[in-house]
Amino acid sequence: MTAFLAAIGYEQWILHVLLGLPLLAIPMILIMPVHRARWIALTVALIELVLGLGLWWAFDPANPAMQFVTDVPWIGAFGVGYRLGIDGLSVMMVLLSVITMPLVVWSSWRSVDTKQRGFYALLLALKTGMLGVFVAMDLFLFYVFWELLLIPMYFLIGSWGSSNRLYAATKFVIYTFVGSLLMLVAIVWMVMEVGRATGTYSFAYEHLLAHAYLLESSGPWLFVAFALAFAVKVPIFPFHTWLPDAHTEAPTAGSVDLAVILLKMGTYGFLRFAVPFFPGFALSESVGLVMAGLAVIGIVYAALVAMVQPDLKRLVAYSSVSHLGFVILGIWGSTVESVQGAIMVMISHGLSTGALFFIIGMLYERRHTRKISDFGGLARVAPLMATAFVITAFSSIGLPGLNGFVGEFLVLIGAFGRYPWLVAGATTVVVFSAAYLLWATQRVFFNRFTNPLNEGIGDLNMREIAVLAPLLLGMVWIGLYPGPILRRTEGAARMYIEMVEPYLSETPTVGGTMFRGGR
Amino acid sequence: MLLGPSLALSAVLFTLGVLGVLVRRNAIVVFMCVELMLNAVNLSFVALAQVHGLGGQVMVIFVMTVAAAEAAVGLAIILAIFRHAQSVDLRQLTLLKG
Amino acid sequence: MTSLVWLTILFPLLGAVINGAIAIRRPEAKGLVSLVGVGALLGSFAVAIGIFLEVLAGDGTATRVLLWQWMPVTERLSIDLTLQVDRLSTVMLLVITGVGSLIHLFSVGYMKSDPGYARYFAYLNLFVAFMLVLVLGASLPVSFIGWEGVGLCSYLLIGFWYEVDANSDAGKKAFLANRIGDFGVLMAMFLLWWHVGTLDYDGLARQAPEVLAYAGAPVTLIALLLFLGCTGKSAQIPLFTWLPDAMAGPTPVSALIHAATMVTAGVFLVVRTGVIFSLAPVAMEVVAITGALTAFFAATIALRQNDIKKVLAYSTVSQLGYMFLAVGTGAWAAGIFHLVTHAFFKALLFLGSGSVIHAMHHAQHAAHAHGDAQDMRLMGGLRRAMPWTFVLMGIATLAIAGVPPLAGFWSKDEILAAAFVRGGGNTIYLVAWGLGLLAALMTAFYMARLMAMTFFGRFRGGDTLEPHLHEAPAVMTGPLVVLGLLSIVGGVLNLPGFAGGSHYLAHWLEPVTDATLPYLDRLEMPHGMTELLLVGGAITIALVGLALGMWTTLRRPVLTPAATPAATGLARVLEGKYFIDELYQKVFVGPTVWFSRRVLWQGIDQFLVDRMGVGGTARVAKGLGWLGSRLQNGHVALYLTLFVAGVVLLMRAVIGGAP
Repeated sequence: MTAFLAAIGYEQWILHVLLGLPLLAIPMILIMPVHRARWIALTVALIELVLGLGLWWAFDPANPAMQFVTDVPWIGAFGVGYRLGIDGLSVMMVLLSVITMPLVVWSSWRSVDTKQRGFYALLLALKTGMLGVFVAMDLFLFYVFWELLLIPMYFLIGSWGSSNRLYAATKFVIYTFVGSLLMLVAIVWMVMEVGRATGTYSFAYEHLLAHAYLLESSGPWLFVAFALAFAVKVPIFPFHTWLPDAHTEAPTAGSVDLAVILLKMGTYGFLRFAVPFFPGFALSESVGLVMAGLAVIGIVYAALVAMVQPDLKRLVAYSSVSHLGFVILGIWGSTVESVQGAIMVMISHGLSTGALFFIIGMLYERRHTRKISDFGGLARVAPLMATAFVITAFSSIGLPGLNGFVGEFLVLIGAFGRYPWLVAGATTVVVFSAAYLLWATQRVFFNRFTNPLNEGIGDLNMREIAVLAPLLLGMVWIGLYPGPILRRTEGAARMYIEMVEPYLSETPTVGGTMFRGGR
Repeated sequence: MLLGPSLALSAVLFTLGVLGVLVRRNAIVVFMCVELMLNAVNLSFVALAQVHGLGGQVMVIFVMTVAAAEAAVGLAIILAIFRHAQSVDLRQLTLLKG
Repeated sequence: MTSLVWLTILFPLLGAVINGAIAIRRPEAKGLVSLVGVGALLGSFAVAIGIFLEVLAGDGTATRVLLWQWMPVTERLSIDLTLQVDRLSTVMLLVITGVGSLIHLFSVGYMKSDPGYARYFAYLNLFVAFMLVLVLGASLPVSFIGWEGVGLCSYLLIGFWYEVDANSDAGKKAFLANRIGDFGVLMAMFLLWWHVGTLDYDGLARQAPEVLAYAGAPVTLIALLLFLGCTGKSAQIPLFTWLPDAMAGPTPVSALIHAATMVTAGVFLVVRTGVIFSLAPVAMEVVAITGALTAFFAATIALRQNDIKKVLAYSTVSQLGYMFLAVGTGAWAAGIFHLVTHAFFKALLFLGSGSVIHAMHHAQHAAHAHGDAQDMRLMGGLRRAMPWTFVLMGIATLAIAGVPPLAGFWSKDEILAAAFVRGGGNTIYLVAWGLGLLAALMTAFYMARLMAMTFFGRFRGGDTLEPHLHEAPAVMTGPLVVLGLLSIVGGVLNLPGFAGGSHYLAHWLEPVTDATLPYLDRLEMPHGMTELLLVGGAITIALVGLALGMWTTLRRPVLTPAATPAATGLARVLEGKYFIDELYQKVFVGPTVWFSRRVLWQGIDQFLVDRMGVGGTARVAKGLGWLGSRLQNGHVALYLTLFVAGVVLLMRAVIGGAP
């Protein structure tokens, strides 16, 4: 496989094709008849999937540096370039996006029956944005893709969402926009200041990374600006209240894309930009404590709040906040193990939460309600759906043997050295996560069959099985054999740790934790 | 020749125009006051052209052309407003209120 | 054969997958389901016997079988899916696959008419697979897969009849209680990895003593955290309340999961990580006293229960307490010994009660009557209709009560003797021994009461039912007979010296338990007069308890539920199970939900963050906008005036200094 890919020059064109194809397909969707729109979108998604999967083999896990690098001047006068590249972190995110894409299109097959052209065109635009964020190696380009995502998402929520969609869409845009404007200011400021110091004005990631240490006095402020932008996106408590609204009101496709990809952009930003640029400040004792503390508060708090949600989608939205807290904790845990775990949580949260949103979407399609109390005893009429939901729920709970456990375990064990008490707090969530998901599962799929309206809902059809099956298989695979993924992300995690290590206050070693010098 | 008086007259005319624009309510009168301002400026252009060369006179031609176009468009708008509101009293036209 | 140990897991796993597929596609294909479900277990059992024979011939060194690298993260954290076959896991392997096979066989008859037959076998097979992962895992994380997996299956099987809300509740409760324990196991793993640097059982046994100071705070905390996990899984104080509720599941499930195998996982784990416990004497005391207290309190509750399965459930909790008492004294072999014999006689008791419930249920069905098929007050005199069940349950009763020479006597006696010996130098162990002794008395009492209410006297379920009572089919009584035989002879595994044995099981386990020897005082088992006194006392207690139980129950007619007056005083407390459930509900569950809803969600999330923070920002922006919009009143004149004023100011600024 690797040889074949090298023979066709895969690494020279793949990233451009992945980015360009969806954009090229948009005019096609707009000029072709309406009923072709979903077919075009699906075709593009499948082509992207087939092409994108090649990354799995073409990517060289042994090489921790950026691969598949492209560097073409774009706006030369300002040092802006069309710079692309991927490492172990981005390759996983890109794979996750290309795998989600066909599923998202397919899941919308029947549920979207109005303004189809617009819907699928926006989905494709969203796809380019998602991929772009993860492969851009130029901060200007990164910002363009970052904002490019916002607009399709706004319209997806605002036009195809449910009852309270405009409120949710506006909240989503304003929230994230405020954050990203701060980031834009920070990026421009950085480029100018680094430019003044080095004489080279460039938005190139590598250039800024190499010289970020020059920004001594402004470093903290720039970090705060970056961190706010990313914290809103993750979201970290207390910047999370847009998420339940956006998730709840968005159409299934939007919710899934939000959960699988958009939330990861925030954590990706922390790993790629915010912390490596300003490690001295970001990983200082006080800032570290604040970030890890907020992460743990978010983990436990969101789990508790999820427990009492009457709306199924809102419950899953809060569970996202809880899971993403693990990623932040892993990043600030600052060991290879915890960072690997953070990446793993990013991947497996995509699978589990994506699947949960798909299933809730299928329920919504049938019953036009998401209220937990409207259901009950569905396992009798929809056994397959119940099975899929239970498996997914347990993967989200973190049952060992399924995907959720691997990431959480690595984050917790890795971060334990630096933050033993915070990790102890975060570990309590094993109880709460089981509580909210099992309680919801029980009230939807088990218990007495109370609502006669649910009688005719019918089980999963072949299309829906095809949407869920890859995700379920992925859960088991990652749960039992995460090695191939871990090997691919190891280089990135190691690079990251090597970058930040000199700035860590004290490297925890085996033997020092809750009992410093206890042995 | 007569540079000072010409500029003074121009200033007087311009001020009259401005005051007219500010205090009159009838859109047509306001419009005519705008024309007055334009012509006041024209006068100063012509007067100054004596000192600074032909550029000022060229500008006058420009201004007159633009003023003609503006008159056409402006009167059309006023006409449309009249049809819409049955009035050209500016105090009643507050559709753009915030 | 040993290298094929993964087959024992693969068979039931495949069985689960196939039966799951059948459950979805053709749930009516029950013959195929039975074949796959029971066949998988028998295959597993056959492999287990092969492994056992090999281990028997070996010298006791552990064989490790690497399946694949599970989490190869860094050099210092690389977790492999490795299975470890040693003498301890072989014992567990045999018990699980052996008793498991019998219970699968029994289920074929018991669940015959259930529409969820295929689903049931899928879950049951899956359970066995996970249970084997638990006992065969060579490191804590691998065992943890099984540890949580059996919790999952337990959840699914307790809530098997999910359309009854109470069953689903019970399943959820079981999983949550287990998860509280899992918090402890996870934390213990984190501490172990950071302090010792490995999670392998082998590595821990070797390196933990070098790194962790004897009786130091770290090792004590680690041991206590591990034990927290055990209290969840093995239903000990304070997390025992889920097990009685777990009786909502089908009765064979109660036999397999909630008596013979899963709930003993905690005991297994303590023995597996024995070195860590032996380094922490305080933790050992906690384990022992918790076990003894649980044995005692659960036994008192069992005295006043009328549901036949509830009695057995509390009895299980109580017997598990004995096992923890054993391992808490460092008598590892005694704990495992009781685990094995208990698996025999308690599985027998549960299956026997299943047979009774089955008969009651069918009689009610045939007579078109409705009633509680598990309430002993509606039974009575069943020995006539169900002689086999009666005799076999009688054997199990004698075994659990501790009547020689049945299996339970030997194992329980061993435990009490160990506690007594330890009690010589430590009051805590002496108290534990006393509690254990009292619990033994009560065990004999409530078991005799159960037998008397169920099998003796007059049938109280109504005349219409009586002619419909029948003995269970052979597929159900067959496994009972086998278990009955095992309950009788099970004691030979570890016969003490005075009975002509040589503590075979204890010696057999030595390769595993020897690592703890340097950190434990040697248990000098009593000899001569003391030994005879202890043994004689135990026998007396058992007999007195049995006689008392029989006598008090049969002395006057048992009242039917309708005629039973409300209990008062201590009886009410016991019937209400000390109101622990209500207490937990009021103190933990209710306030947590209230706090989450009112304070966290509505208070902080909706009001503080969303309304005040986000909404407040929006309102500030809106207010500023309103102020600005006042200027834009629509009057062109005002705009122009402002414009002119602006121009004048600008000109003034540009032209500058001129007055």
